[in-house]
Amino acid sequence: MIAMFSHPFIQHAFLAGTAIALLSGLVGYFVVLRGQVFAGDALSHVAYAGALAALAAGVDLRLGLFAATIAVGVALGLLGGRGVADDVVIGTVFAWVLGLGVFFLALYTAHGSTGNGAANVNVLFGSIFGISFGAAVVAALIAAGLIAVLLMIARPLLFASIDPVVAAARGVPVRLLGPLFLGIVGASAAEASQAVGALLLFGLLAAPAAAAQRLTDRPWPALALSGGLAVGAMWLGLWVSYVVPQLPPSFAIMSVAAAEYALAAIRPRLLATHAHRVDDTP
Amino acid sequence: MNLVEDVRLLLSYPFMVNALRAGTIVAVVAGAIGYFMVLRRESFAGHTLAVIGFPGAAGATWLGINAAFGYFGFCIAGALVIAAIPARHGGHSEESAAIGTVQAMALAAGFLFVSLYKGFLSGLNSLLFGTIIGVTDDQVVVLAVAGGACLLVLVAMARPLLFVSIDPAVAAARGVPVRLVNGAFLILLGVAAAGTSQVTGSLLVFALLVAPAATATRLTASPAVGVLISVAVAVLVTLIGEAIAYFSPYPIGFWVTSLAFGCYLLATGYRAIADRTRVRTA
Repeated sequence: MIAMFSHPFIQHAFLAGTAIALLSGLVGYFVVLRGQVFAGDALSHVAYAGALAALAAGVDLRLGLFAATIAVGVALGLLGGRGVADDVVIGTVFAWVLGLGVFFLALYTAHGSTGNGAANVNVLFGSIFGISFGAAVVAALIAAGLIAVLLMIARPLLFASIDPVVAAARGVPVRLLGPLFLGIVGASAAEASQAVGALLLFGLLAAPAAAAQRLTDRPWPALALSGGLAVGAMWLGLWVSYVVPQLPPSFAIMSVAAAEYALAAIRPRLLATHAHRVDDTP
Repeated sequence: MNLVEDVRLLLSYPFMVNALRAGTIVAVVAGAIGYFMVLRRESFAGHTLAVIGFPGAAGATWLGINAAFGYFGFCIAGALVIAAIPARHGGHSEESAAIGTVQAMALAAGFLFVSLYKGFLSGLNSLLFGTIIGVTDDQVVVLAVAGGACLLVLVAMARPLLFVSIDPAVAAARGVPVRLVNGAFLILLGVAAAGTSQVTGSLLVFALLVAPAATATRLTASPAVGVLISVAVAVLVTLIGEAIAYFSPYPIGFWVTSLAFGCYLLATGYRAIADRTRVRTA
């Protein structure tokens, strides 16, 4: 258990993974609370297209990743006020965005020289064991900065999420908070896709948060629990993947997160099989 | 630029003939089922079923079984599970978080199978984003049988299905077995999603399941005409997409999604202009 930390790649993975998971858990709680899970789905498509566009253009992958996800996050936030587009429009647009990603992939494969297939798989499913020390530090610092901003706006954001009308009447800048928050979600999506890949970041945002909401109704404990469950999924997933090398880390992390949600969802039924409890607080 | 020569060239390759045959069958089924799916606002379920097909196909390939069985097995099983889930309780946001977790978990499981099957990583793109190479005669037969059965059932239940989709309460009062009809349609949707995945890849099914149907609903309110337009658009998009994919360096996923998205944009533009002129003449 201790021996595994003698490998530098494990140290880097835990450094980046812990920060990214904590960020995903905290941001994910507000995403689920605000009913903006669709934004997570949208951002995972955009993350793929953005990262591959950057690769095709020959610039750092992270540049395209962050630029695309933050821009689309803020745009979704600005449009969000005027009624949410229906699932048909969202589905059609984002299928096309993924198609564009495939186009950039072909461009990149045609003009690039080495490691093309690996780059594509890394964007789709992450490569946390391959993260360099420099990249891990940058990812951790960005995550720390985003967590700080999120905690600063957490109180008004919670107010605005639970009751936007009263919050607006009390002088909370609801119109400013929406786009700002989705910008943070976009940046978190870019962070998460470095750990578990563009296709799975949605799960890391949604599963721990949904599990936390199942376990408690009180907002602040739920927020902390969501962050804790995400970090727990990351640590356990990384460890399992280290012990059983056949399991890719993103699969192991996602499995733990999904198991957390499944356990939280069936917990009331498990408790009900024991005789009736005195109180039924979840 | 000689279109006749180009078409003759295309048809001289057996793999291309198989791809066009498979594409036509899949497009007819996807156009018809997709129309009802959009009418019933179940496009999220369609996407989830397609994503569930990915680990099925990857697992089947890993075990050395025909990928088509993996697609159909997992998609139909997934449809049965969704149909068995009782009437939704809890918030809408929690429900979409659960669906997101299931999707991410399915993608992660597919990735696990792909990485267990060493040397297959190049096939990952085909599974996710479609391919025109390697459609076998057997696969065409399986698709034709499944698609034919699907269309027969759809025609047989078209009238009650339309009734239930438009007004479930009245349909139930008139003695239509609403639950049975809903469940049967989900299974048809599973078959359609499994077939479509084999042409467009698991991530791009919306290009054939949603975009042609959405195009049709913009052009006409009549269900009969709508289904015909939807099928025609799906077939055209698929055949043209496959032909361009053959002559260009860019993959089929990009062309099919772009063409389908283009049709949808044109139909939306037409609708907007038609509505405006009607207002002006009235």
